[in-house]
Amino acid sequence: MARMKFLCDAERCIECNGCVTACKNENEVPWGVNRRRVVTINDGVVGAEKSISVACMHCSDAPCMAVCPVDCFYRTDDGVVLHDKDLCIGCGYCFYACPFGAPQFPQAGAFGLRGKMDKCTFCAGGPEADRSAAEFQKYGRNRLAEGKLPACAEMCSTKALLGGDGDVIADIYRERVLRRGKGSEVWGWGTAYGPGKPGAQPPQQQQPSGTRS
Amino acid sequence: MRSALLLFVALFALTACGEREQVIEPQSEKRYQGKRDGKPWDSESPVAELRGGKWTKGNQASWEDQIKQRQLAQHEHKRIYQ
Repeated sequence: MARMKFLCDAERCIECNGCVTACKNENEVPWGVNRRRVVTINDGVVGAEKSISVACMHCSDAPCMAVCPVDCFYRTDDGVVLHDKDLCIGCGYCFYACPFGAPQFPQAGAFGLRGKMDKCTFCAGGPEADRSAAEFQKYGRNRLAEGKLPACAEMCSTKALLGGDGDVIADIYRERVLRRGKGSEVWGWGTAYGPGKPGAQPPQQQQPSGTRS
Repeated sequence: MRSALLLFVALFALTACGEREQVIEPQSEKRYQGKRDGKPWDSESPVAELRGGKWTKGNQASWEDQIKQRQLAQHEHKRIYQ
């Protein structure tokens, strides 16, 4: 098996936030912590609005793992990046290192005391015994040990969010894009993030004549 | 003397041609000293009410097979049109 990955199809994501809700419900994530969230660019611009669901991407060479001063991160055989909350000191280095803003820190108490880091586990729990109460309390549900995939991907209504073995979901996405059959943008950046070069500004909308801004 | 030196230089230069296996294993992964995580296939198949997959306990291949079936359920072109 290759490595477990998420893939979000921006052409299909409708910003329903169902994945966010599924994650919070499945793992009983505390208030203020969002392991997954939907990011929308060009919000409200007709034809240019794109949404994408973002969580920990379980990087092959994870920067969070590289900067952690107490080395609380590890990688499973399936390529899922997990961490041990018993070792985490809540310093926040991983938050600054992560390009996706995946690490979250629960805030508690009157002075906003920062707790131990929490992030997407690919529904693979943590280093406690699989499917134990301790694992659920600290890390959430271990769906992989139940023979399932992450809840966010499995319940995505438009199947924009795919989760699983990188090779398998890449094949699904490739076939989908080919069937979608657009022009030269049928593969690559254009398909994933819309037309235009990286960093390009969205097209300006024409103001209807006779209206005041 | 010169030939010995040339031979030494040639051997030294050829060491760069050697190939060693490259794996993605950052140093920090080796430094992890926490609890060892169990393998998902080492669990029993979940009970019926959890609606999980079925595999043989301890058999990685059978777990991967049923996870693959689960992954392909995300492929609506195969799920619907077959």
